[in-house]
This record gives sequence, C-alpha cells and structure tokens, in this order.
Amino acid sequence: MRVARRELYAGRTFLAALVAITILPFVSIFTTALHPSGSVPVGLSWPANPQWGNFIEAFKVANMTALLASSMFIVLTVVPVSLVISTMAGFAIGLLRIPGARWLLLLFVFGLTLPFEGIITPLYFLARQIGILNTRLAIVLPLIGLFMPFAVFWMRAHFVNMPDEISEAARVDGASTWDLFWRIHVPLARAPIVSLGILTSVWAWNQFLLALVLVEDPTQRTMAGALGAFQGHYATDIPLLCAGTILILLPTLVVFILFQRQVIAALLQGSVKG
Amino acid sequence: MSQAADKADPARALPGARAEAIDRRLSRRIPLAQGIRRQTLVGWLFVVPALLFYAVFVLQPLALTVQYSLYRWDGFSPATWVGLANYASVLSEPKLLETLFNAFRLVLFFSLIPVTLGLVTASVVHRVATGRLGTVSRTVLFLPQVIPLVAAGIIWGRLLSLSGLINQGLTAIGLGDITRAWLGDFDTALPAVGIIGIWVLLGFCTVLLLTGMAKIDAGLYESARLDGAGWFQEFRAITVPSLRYEIGVCLTVTIIAALAAFDIVYVSTGGGPGNATAVPGIQIYILAFLERQVGLASALAVVLVILVLLVILPIQRLSREDAR
Repeated sequence: MRVARRELYAGRTFLAALVAITILPFVSIFTTALHPSGSVPVGLSWPANPQWGNFIEAFKVANMTALLASSMFIVLTVVPVSLVISTMAGFAIGLLRIPGARWLLLLFVFGLTLPFEGIITPLYFLARQIGILNTRLAIVLPLIGLFMPFAVFWMRAHFVNMPDEISEAARVDGASTWDLFWRIHVPLARAPIVSLGILTSVWAWNQFLLALVLVEDPTQRTMAGALGAFQGHYATDIPLLCAGTILILLPTLVVFILFQRQVIAALLQGSVKG
Repeated sequence: MSQAADKADPARALPGARAEAIDRRLSRRIPLAQGIRRQTLVGWLFVVPALLFYAVFVLQPLALTVQYSLYRWDGFSPATWVGLANYASVLSEPKLLETLFNAFRLVLFFSLIPVTLGLVTASVVHRVATGRLGTVSRTVLFLPQVIPLVAAGIIWGRLLSLSGLINQGLTAIGLGDITRAWLGDFDTALPAVGIIGIWVLLGFCTVLLLTGMAKIDAGLYESARLDGAGWFQEFRAITVPSLRYEIGVCLTVTIIAALAAFDIVYVSTGGGPGNATAVPGIQIYILAFLERQVGLASALAVVLVILVLLVILPIQRLSREDAR
C-alpha cells in the first residue's frame, strides 16, 4: 500500500477524532455519575470527591437484582423458543421444500419491514383479553412472534444451501424426518443458530416499546423498559440517573466486548440477509 | 463441521449400500405416494409452531390494526364505524401530518448522513488504518449500536442539556452565545434528536461497508494508484460503485430506523417541544394509550406501515438488480 504520508496523517487524525467523539458521551455520563447525588454537574468534569456510592445507591433504588432476573427470564424464554421453532420452520421451508414453501417464505419476509408500532395497539387489547397484561408473558409471547420473520428467514438461508446428498443418505438409512432434523441437520447448523441466538438476545434485552405498553411494573420488564421507568422517576437527580444508566447498559457492553467478533458478524450478516 | 458431515453421510463410506438403497426406493416408488403425503404433513408440522406465533401475535394484530382504523373507539365503550374518516384526519390534520414530515426529516439524520459519513470513514480505514487503529476504531464506532436505544437517549439527553458537554465545548471554543437546551428549542430539537441517530448508526454503516470493501478486488486499487489516482478518484470510481449492495442494505436498515423511530425520541424529547419532534411512533403511542383514540392511532399505524414498504421496496430492487 503506497499512501502519501500527508494522507496517512490526515486519515488517522480523522479516525482518532471520530473515535473520541463516539466515546466522549460514555465518559461524560461516567464522570457525571460520580458527582454528589442531586447536583447538576457540567458536561465533563472530574468531581473533587468521587461518589462511588452512587452506583450502589442506583443499584438499590432501581431494584437491580429484580430487573436482572426479569430480563434474564425474558431472554431465557424468548431466545430458546425462538431458536427451536424458527430452526424447524427454516428446515421445512429451505430443506424439505414442503408444498407452499415459497408462499410461506413470502409471508414471513413480509414481516421483516413491519414496524412494531404498526401492531402495538391491538397487542395491548389482545393481552388484556387473554389476561396476560402486566405479566412478563405479555412481552415474551409477542416478542417470539415478532422475531419469527427474521429468524425463519435466517435459518432458511442456511438450510437452502445444504447439499441434498446429506439428507438423501440419511433417508436411505431409514431416518425419520425428525431424526434427519434433530440428529443430522441441527448439529450442522450450529453456527447460524449461535449467531441468531446472540442477535435475538440483544434485541430482547433492548426491547423497549413492548415493555412500555404491555407491562407497568418495571421489575417485570426488559432492561431497556426498566431504564425508561427509572428515567421517569429520577429525571431530576442527574448523577443518580447516570449511575443507573451505566449499570443498565453495562451487561450489554460486557457481552459485546467479550463476544465482539461474533456480535458484529451476527449483526452484519443479519442485516445483509434481511 | 466436515467430520460431522462425514458421519452423516454413511453412503459415502459404503458406495454399495447407497446404490442398493436407491434401488429399493425406486422399486417402492408407486406405493410411496401415500408416504410422500405423510412426509408433506410432517413437513408442515415443522412450520406450525413458528407460523402459529407469527399468525397470532403479528398477523392477527396487523389485521386488527386495519380493522380498528375504520372505527372510532376509546378502548372500552362500543366502537362506531366511521369508514375512512380516520385516514382523512391523518392526511389532513396538521398535528398528524406533521409527524410524517418529521419522520422524513429524520431520514436525513438517521440515514443519509450515517451512510455518507460511513462511506467516507470506511474508505479512510481501508486506506490508512489496516492495523491496530483499524480494529480499535471498528470496535469503538460499533459500541453505540449495542447498547439499548433508551440508554442512548438518556446519555444524549444529558449531553445536549443546558449544562451538558456540548454547551461546555461550545463555550470553550468561544461560541458561548449559541448555547441552549438543544432538545428543548423548537428550532434545534429535531436536528438534536437526529445527532443521536447519527451516533448510534454511524458505526453500523461503517463496519458493514468495510466488510463490503474487503471483498473488492485489490488489483483495482493497485492499478488505480499506479495511474496516480488520489483518495477521491478511487472513492468515486471504484469504492462506491462496488458497494452498491451494501449501500442498499445500510439505507434499508437506517431508513426503517428513522421512519419507525420511537425509543430515542420518547426518552429524549417525548415528541416535544410542542410537536417539533413528534414522529408517527410517538403519536401512535400518545393517541392510543394517553388520548384513547384507538381508531385514529390505528389509521396512523397503517399509514406508517405502508410508507415504510413504499420507501424500502424500490431501494431493495435497485440495490439487488445487476449488483448480484
């Protein structure tokens, strides 16, 4: 690569500036969170007396243990169910090519561009009608449905590219359709299933609108939904709000930094396929 | 992976067994018709759970939205049929029409700026930062994409406030006169919300475009550089045309994010001041759950769904055609 030295410096300066601009907001709320509770600190200033206790205070007033448990429950129900049923559907549409597979695919793809706001109003009345309003199920069940277009589309993209020989050989051996699915194709689909798992976990964790509308009690919500409620209550206590925000986004940051490669790859492939 | 494939393919190990089995299958073909019907049934059973969730919690509500949109209903008392009157209101009442315009204004910030800036950034990374700086900038730029949008809204609500970092910076460089509560000012609230969108979406676009760039034949750049092409010529003649598909994906994702924006706006401004940042998502929420005008909210929701489709479909077509 022969790049003029002046361009090299200009380019690197541009990138360094961009990185700084991206990271400064995080730094700013971090320093704000360390100021005395109730004060109104300026954007970026290190407090004379850092109040690390703000984090403990926020942990307590936000009822963080309950929030974590609630979010975990939602993720741990939505994600496994979504993975299993979308893998099954993707298998039937992409590999078994059942009659009507094209129409089914089209039906699911149609849901890809659907904004959640388009169906949130009836979802509220539906949840009220079947008596799950204000319970975690009111988030879990619709969320599984809302993940289906993408999840089925994603798994089908994997199965449609699997060579027929594998299935033929298994059939010849007398494998039932279920054996073919569970013993042969699911193990082969581990990579796309893991990516889909990462994606749906992040999306479920960050889901806000469903939580806001369908569940009033923050301790029954997703993390993002709980954060919305926390903001409502502590909007005036800026350091405490910032401390709470940091606590709530910390898990996503940690997961991202640990699984960086997979998360980025999954999010990108996800959008390219979608 | 290959090991599993071998195990799954016993016929590969025993060529005789395979031929024999195919024979067996052929000889059974005619009585198998029933078996095939059974297999179809089993195949459909695999789709049923996913289809059921999708039908009950997505398709059914969508149909209900369309139905509600034809009634005047407060959510409790009996509904009154009003035909298309709710749609007429959506397309004529300034308060509602304004939300559609605001959504398109947000497209500039959530979509056009991140995609353009992302193209520039990605090509800079591609040219001058192949090593560590490249990796670090990818990771950092991507960070805002991973955190909840609500958190992004709260963080920026803080930065753009009177005592926030933005005003502190402006004062430091001698622009103290123009400091204000950016999200609370009628003229600046929408661009201020837009800046949050840029922060969230720039990294996504950059990293996606970078992976596209990695696939461009390096020889193209080599010969361009031998011809003495500078950054801009290279960018215009090679990079942008080769990335047509990726640009299409970025536009699709970001335009949906703009038209269907909710979380960021709800948290940072709630649609205010006045109606300055009210977008369809916010207005649907207010109408349906605060003002109890379920029919009107549903009509706006239907318009939003159609609008997204109308904008996205041509982009999909353009970027897929002759690109692949």
